[in-house]
Amino acid sequence: MALTRAAVEHVARLARLQLPASELERMREQLSAILDYMTMLQEVDVAGVPPTAQVTGLSSVMRPDEMQPTLSQAQALQNAPDHAEGMFRVKAVFEDESTG
Amino acid sequence: MSDLHLLTITAARAALDAGDITSVALTEALLARIAAVEPRVHAFLTLTAEQALEQARAADAQRSHSRSGQALGPIHGIPLAIKDVICTSGIRTTCASHILETFVPPYDATVITRLRAAGAVFLGKTNCDEFAMGSSTENSGFGPTRNPWDVSRVPGGSSGGSAAAVAASEVPGSLGTDTGGSIRQPAALCGISGLKPTYGRVSRYGLVAFGSSLDQAGPLAWTVADLALILQVIAGTDPFDGTTVPHAVPDYHAALTGDIRGVRIGIPQEYFGEGMEPGVEQTTRTAIAALGDLGAELVEVSLPHTRYALPTYYIIAPAEASANLARYDGVRYGPRVAGNSMWDEIERTRGSLFGPEVRRRIMLGTYTLSAGYYDAYYKRAQQVRTLIRNDFQQAFATVDLLATPTSPTVAFPIGQKVDDPLAMYLSDIFTLTASMAGLPGLVVPCGFSCNLPVGLQLIGKPFDEATILRVGDAYQRSTDWHMQRPTL
Repeated sequence: MALTRAAVEHVARLARLQLPASELERMREQLSAILDYMTMLQEVDVAGVPPTAQVTGLSSVMRPDEMQPTLSQAQALQNAPDHAEGMFRVKAVFEDESTG
Repeated sequence: MSDLHLLTITAARAALDAGDITSVALTEALLARIAAVEPRVHAFLTLTAEQALEQARAADAQRSHSRSGQALGPIHGIPLAIKDVICTSGIRTTCASHILETFVPPYDATVITRLRAAGAVFLGKTNCDEFAMGSSTENSGFGPTRNPWDVSRVPGGSSGGSAAAVAASEVPGSLGTDTGGSIRQPAALCGISGLKPTYGRVSRYGLVAFGSSLDQAGPLAWTVADLALILQVIAGTDPFDGTTVPHAVPDYHAALTGDIRGVRIGIPQEYFGEGMEPGVEQTTRTAIAALGDLGAELVEVSLPHTRYALPTYYIIAPAEASANLARYDGVRYGPRVAGNSMWDEIERTRGSLFGPEVRRRIMLGTYTLSAGYYDAYYKRAQQVRTLIRNDFQQAFATVDLLATPTSPTVAFPIGQKVDDPLAMYLSDIFTLTASMAGLPGLVVPCGFSCNLPVGLQLIGKPFDEATILRVGDAYQRSTDWHMQRPTL
């Protein structure tokens, strides 16, 4: 199926990816070709077949709710490009509604 | 003893136990080998020579204080290389991505904790496709790794650095990860052995997540016996990974009896024919016949949904990846690209620091999970995944394991498939199926086509690594493909 340019832009926004304009058309073509290939799955009869989300058969794996050592605040922040007063720092969240 | 870099893990261990060599001498020999060949291979992203020598000195000291070397365990003092998607405390872990270029994990993955406790020496972190997404290691943000058998060709991927490092005799063993074939396909293309354990056999804690229902870490080395030694250390349940199973871990080395008489090996007809290089098919069929000569019973089986595995995988894995990679936002780790607002910075950071294949998979996964398409793509793929699993279950009702080709081609030239994602995806067509079903897969070198290595894949029942290791080891006792090394 052929994706539209607008659909690619919409998905890029959902994925929070700012794609270079030069890549949008290429991405549109490649995704269309891949999705075309996937239409093969439409020929499979899946009526009544339960979906597989995992293969181990394990469910509700729990451990005792006990205090355990964890990363220190300094360790958690050590890779952050910007932090202040023990917190990750970002630009204002609500000021630019057009991109939020 | 000369040429220490050529020793297998088993041989190095015997030499260490006998007092013929030290871990320091072994480590120094490998570092010298790395210095000599790395400019042509580029298997490593980060070398940790100083730390490795320190670990080797500690291992030697421990050995001299112990009464018997045997008590130290099979990989004590053995240098290994680690794929750079596995977190190593204090050592940069990039996933071969610019978005994690500066990331230094504050903790070890469980597989690293276990290897460290067993006395392993860590030589460095190996190159791979960015976030393990690819089949050639060309998607690395830091340049491709080259195949030691022909440096104009790819080593396979995504664990191409881990495979090439072993094939180039830079290290006797390594860890890779496998989501759809990322240990098995590069092992085949580099002419070495590699194992993807059953999903749930080895902890994923500290593996940077790609496809969480598929990812497994596993070993690469020259011999199946060496793989068994590493698996023994890394296998087992982990309180930090709720998907590890509580099954007991058998003695894998003891399973290598050399006797495969009466073992029933299924040959799935769907894995031969169309799209396959004739030399690869011929070499694979010859290897399977050799298993018959060793006393195994060869049985034709059918896995009718095989052709649907590729589209199924490329819906499920990118869907899981699109969710897993949402965390890379330039806020908590990695560099940040400046912009006008928080969201603008996040979108610029992700848009410019992820490479093309990662962007493509995030887009694909986001699309198939988005409103209106979920049922048509993701849910349907999960249902077909059930049918693929059922195929295996039916086959395993009559056979003990399956023998198949690993990849339809030998190593291809660098650049050949890089602009055609679908052609690249086809490279994993024989490995994806076992991944979808969570099954263990072993690859052993089984000959050459056009002077390039071919690998035989053995797929086992869930948690029955012991049987595929036994069959692979028996094959290696009667052949020497696994000991042939490239001239670099």
